Amino acid sequence: MTIKQLSIFLENRSGRLAEVASVLGEAGINMTAFSIAENTDFGILRLIVSDPDKAMQILKEKHFGVNLSSVLCLRCPNVPGALSKALEIIKDNDMTIEYMYAFACGESANVIIRPDKLEECIKVLQAHKLELLAASDLYQL
Amino acid sequence: MMWNETMESMPLEELRKIQRIRLQKTVEKVYLNTPFYRKKLQEMGLEPGDIQSIDDIVKLPFTTKQDLRDNYPFDLFASPMSEIVRLHASSGTTGRPTVVGYSRKDLSIWSEAAARCITAYGGTKDDIFQVSYGYGLFTGGLGVHGGVEKIGGTVIPMSSGNTDKQIMLMRDFGATAIACTPSYALFLGEAIRDMNIPREQLRLRFGAFGAEPWTESMRKEIEDKLGIKAYDIYGLSEIIGPGVSYECECQNGSHINEDHFFPEILNPETLKPVKPGEQGELVFTTITKEGMPLLRYRTKDLCSLIYEKCDCGRTFTRMTRITGRSDDMLIIRGVNVFPSQVESVILEMAEFEPHYLLIVDRMNNLDTLQIQVETRPEYFSDEINKMLILKKKISHRLQSVLGISADVKLMEPRSLERSTGKAKRVIDNRKLD
Repeated sequence: MTIKQLSIFLENRSGRLAEVASVLGEAGINMTAFSIAENTDFGILRLIVSDPDKAMQILKEKHFGVNLSSVLCLRCPNVPGALSKALEIIKDNDMTIEYMYAFACGESANVIIRPDKLEECIKVLQAHKLELLAASDLYQL
Repeated sequence: MMWNETMESMPLEELRKIQRIRLQKTVEKVYLNTPFYRKKLQEMGLEPGDIQSIDDIVKLPFTTKQDLRDNYPFDLFASPMSEIVRLHASSGTTGRPTVVGYSRKDLSIWSEAAARCITAYGGTKDDIFQVSYGYGLFTGGLGVHGGVEKIGGTVIPMSSGNTDKQIMLMRDFGATAIACTPSYALFLGEAIRDMNIPREQLRLRFGAFGAEPWTESMRKEIEDKLGIKAYDIYGLSEIIGPGVSYECECQNGSHINEDHFFPEILNPETLKPVKPGEQGELVFTTITKEGMPLLRYRTKDLCSLIYEKCDCGRTFTRMTRITGRSDDMLIIRGVNVFPSQVESVILEMAEFEPHYLLIVDRMNNLDTLQIQVETRPEYFSDEINKMLILKKKISHRLQSVLGISADVKLMEPRSLERSTGKAKRVIDNRKLD
């Protein structure tokens, strides 16, 4: 149930984000979700795409500072309070979240979560019958 | 005004005679006490007796900063440690600063040299001198300090930094003179204005500025902003520290204390003397020092010498402003920085590619240093914190090696220029004219 996420290091330089989008677009790779973390002199773009291995290879060839990391994707109903249950479980099991970002898709909301202990977190959430998306499902969204 | 009129205005013939005697003694001393020089002299087939006149100095071997590093820490000392009363050191490549040892007599030569400078600037025992050069291994602070005490003035041993307090004490203690880098003087000038301190509340009359290259236009700016007379003071720790040369009221070149430090100007390529008045590399031989006498030390500073007698009455040779370096050394906030130091840090850290770029600039009259480095692909993280930790790690390492803080900028792969020839490692945007 781990999901491959691309992270791309970006200098704060105008047009850099557009270049990532255009490289992926030309290669026929679709972006499912992304978020940007930034500070004063650089940013990190985190991306879920339709074909992470291919995207990684292409971006490397173009000399982007790119890496793959593992995250999980939680699917919860798109209603108030749905997320808090999952977060309570993570907290009660003494895990922390490094970062997370969300995207809504019709009736459901999807949350990408990077916990400090990934495998353990997946087990605990599944034990509580929370729905996690498999990589194959997510990449095709 | 002269501190030591006998020496400073000595007829040249007499001066040359004293220099010859002192040079002979120095060569004899290093021949007997410094294996490094004995070996060099023997290899060249020279003996102390071969030095018959001051002109014979051209026969002697050179000394370079690398020789100081190779003989780290004390192998160039010509006196036993029991005679060494102080050590100073300048920043060097990783782990190897250049060390200088002073005997008690060396310290008294140094304060004499600095006293001549301060007196030439119009300083007297009635002056209250704020010494805003760094104190410590750096020679700036303690060098000027010794000169002020020698003439009987009052020292405020302020050291560098802490601008608000500098200004408060300058006002409250009634400082009449200041010593610091010229860029810090400009910074102080603006800070005083920003703090809305009326000029009448300050008693400042003059300042001694050095440790980094500066220009006539900077002098005007300092004089305008601080409302003082600004004088140049030159020195380098290898020779003694601040006080090697100084401007007089004529401000047409700096008089070299050549009864202690004998100057030559050489073509940096051929290492032969240039014609009088031509520009070249400044080379010094210390002719009175005991702790660590140096023969023909190559400063790598470019300037020329003026041998004509000065209107002030001093006969000491003058050197013009330093116009550049014959190596790649940068002077940033008064600290000597070599690109190779940055390289040594990057090479020892697996997280970075062996490419870097130093960008030097001057903002609000303070030197800034940005160091661009490329992270190796496998060390890019999805977490901002890990990248910031990496940045902090290299920043700390650079600061400990360079002796000044730098703004490190992590760059994307391949964003720094690769070149097949000599790579461009430095962009210096400071304007010095």
